[in-house]
Amino acid sequence: MTTRGETRQEQRRGHRRQLPFSPWHLLLAPVAVLFAFPFVQMIMVSFMPRADINRLPPRFLPSSVTLDGYRGLLDRSDVLHWLLNTVIVSTVAVGSNVVLCSLAGYGFARLRFPGRTMGFLAILGTIMVPIQLLMIPTYVMFARLHLLNSLAALIVPWLATAFGVFLMRQFFLSVPRELEEAGLLDGASRLQILWRIVLPLARPSLMTLAIFTLVGSWNDLIWPVIAISDDHLYTLQIGLANFQGARRTEWSLLMAGNVVAVLPLLVGFLIAQKHFLATMSLSGLKG
Amino acid sequence: MSLRRPRRRKVRSLRVAEALTGVAFVAPAVLVIVGLGIFPAAWAGLLSLQKWNGFNQPRFVGTDNFSRMASDTDLISAVTHSLVFTALFVPASVVLGLLLAVALNRRIRFIGLYRTAIFVPFVASAAVTGLVSNYVFNPEVGVVNNLFRVLRLPQQGWLEDPQQAMTVIVVMSLWGQLGFVTVVYLAALQNVDASCVEAAQVDGANAVQCFRHITIPQVMPVTVFVVIWQTIQAIQLFDLVYTTTRGGPIGSTTTLVYYLWQQAFRELNFGYGSAIAWVLFVVTMGLTLLLVALSRRQGSEQAA
Repeated sequence: MTTRGETRQEQRRGHRRQLPFSPWHLLLAPVAVLFAFPFVQMIMVSFMPRADINRLPPRFLPSSVTLDGYRGLLDRSDVLHWLLNTVIVSTVAVGSNVVLCSLAGYGFARLRFPGRTMGFLAILGTIMVPIQLLMIPTYVMFARLHLLNSLAALIVPWLATAFGVFLMRQFFLSVPRELEEAGLLDGASRLQILWRIVLPLARPSLMTLAIFTLVGSWNDLIWPVIAISDDHLYTLQIGLANFQGARRTEWSLLMAGNVVAVLPLLVGFLIAQKHFLATMSLSGLKG
Repeated sequence: MSLRRPRRRKVRSLRVAEALTGVAFVAPAVLVIVGLGIFPAAWAGLLSLQKWNGFNQPRFVGTDNFSRMASDTDLISAVTHSLVFTALFVPASVVLGLLLAVALNRRIRFIGLYRTAIFVPFVASAAVTGLVSNYVFNPEVGVVNNLFRVLRLPQQGWLEDPQQAMTVIVVMSLWGQLGFVTVVYLAALQNVDASCVEAAQVDGANAVQCFRHITIPQVMPVTVFVVIWQTIQAIQLFDLVYTTTRGGPIGSTTTLVYYLWQQAFRELNFGYGSAIAWVLFVVTMGLTLLLVALSRRQGSEQAA
């Protein structure tokens, strides 16, 4: 609907009912509160003394701010290990994806070599294959390679993604060839051209790829559940999910864990919302 | 001749160099993606014809695993649970996502704030969402039951009640995933022909008529994509079940993929699990192709 049509309509309505604001606020404000509420409550509860939670009705704002939840979490769980493991897995995943998917995307977009079409179709094909079909053989394969129950088991599947290769290839196809030809005539290698000329233009795509990989690897649950059994090697997600079962009623402690698990992504989202939205609208292509 | 030959050789050697560079560029990514994306899928096909617990010698059993599915009542109820979830989740997410997108597609005050609030659950993992669900819907301390108490409505069991647990999972899935649908629709709404809407308004069409006869048909291709995408997501539901109910109470939220995971990694039925996974894959693919075909036909009918 157009802005002009809208304002006309709103004026008409405003005239009739004397509403000093757009009626859409009546819908959007409650919905926004509803969506933000779980996050706000999570943060509130993580700072609450136990008495605030267990009284009837429970308080929404803490009567006094306490760090007991975070202290309890540190004392009674391996949360620092989990955080470290998650950071390692996600950092390697993002770094490796940026490098490998850029190289492969450029190769598929610009270089001629035997098997190019087959290779690219194979990669596209994997987007259709769900994790459920892959998890049993991958588990067996990793067991034989003695990779199970190690951080490597979590990292290897995230080294490169079909989504990333596809995304980068599509971007490189859109770069005018003339930009590269000058470099080629000067005798620069393909790697130099990719690094110096093409990649600097690809920042938005690289950002999308990095966010997609970060959120995906940070929040992954089913594969860590299958591949990891030692709680020192847990990521935040599986650590929290299993910790929760054991301490059902210690809410401030559990919510403190939740805050640790979501805060890095939450802050990232609030800072780089535009890039996150671009990633969201493209992540429908993921596998 | 003597001049052209070295040149041709040079061209050929340049080609060879380019091919080598190309192979070197794509090889690492192709190795990882195809090695972990296609090879295991084929292996799962082989496993589906075997009885194997991961330790003993695998035994070839032909199509036994597939015929076993038809008489596995636990599997059938898991499929039912997944279908119930899909039937509730997909229409709700499409309808609400479109409505939210329409509401957010205007320049009013606080719109940035509204958008942020609605999109931010995108970063919440299933573990985070699950824990929040357990708290918000907790029968004793949860805000929902407390609201019910204030309104003098009867207290509910929510995730602890076999009748209600799946509904709570639907609601929390919507919380986590509506943002995605809304973003996709919001992008599509930018392409809705504005002059068309204006012409309709000049002709006296009201907002609801414009929405029904102009907006909805114009975003139809996106709707097809969203329906397919959300259906696949719904059929594959695992994470939120794992972090809230673990399939309970009394198995009422054991979805197809949760059952598959139990069969494979709790009961160690690798063969049977692979057979279920293959059927799941084939059915999902079939469903996707069917939806695409249906939408194509509808599209051509509308054009005609």
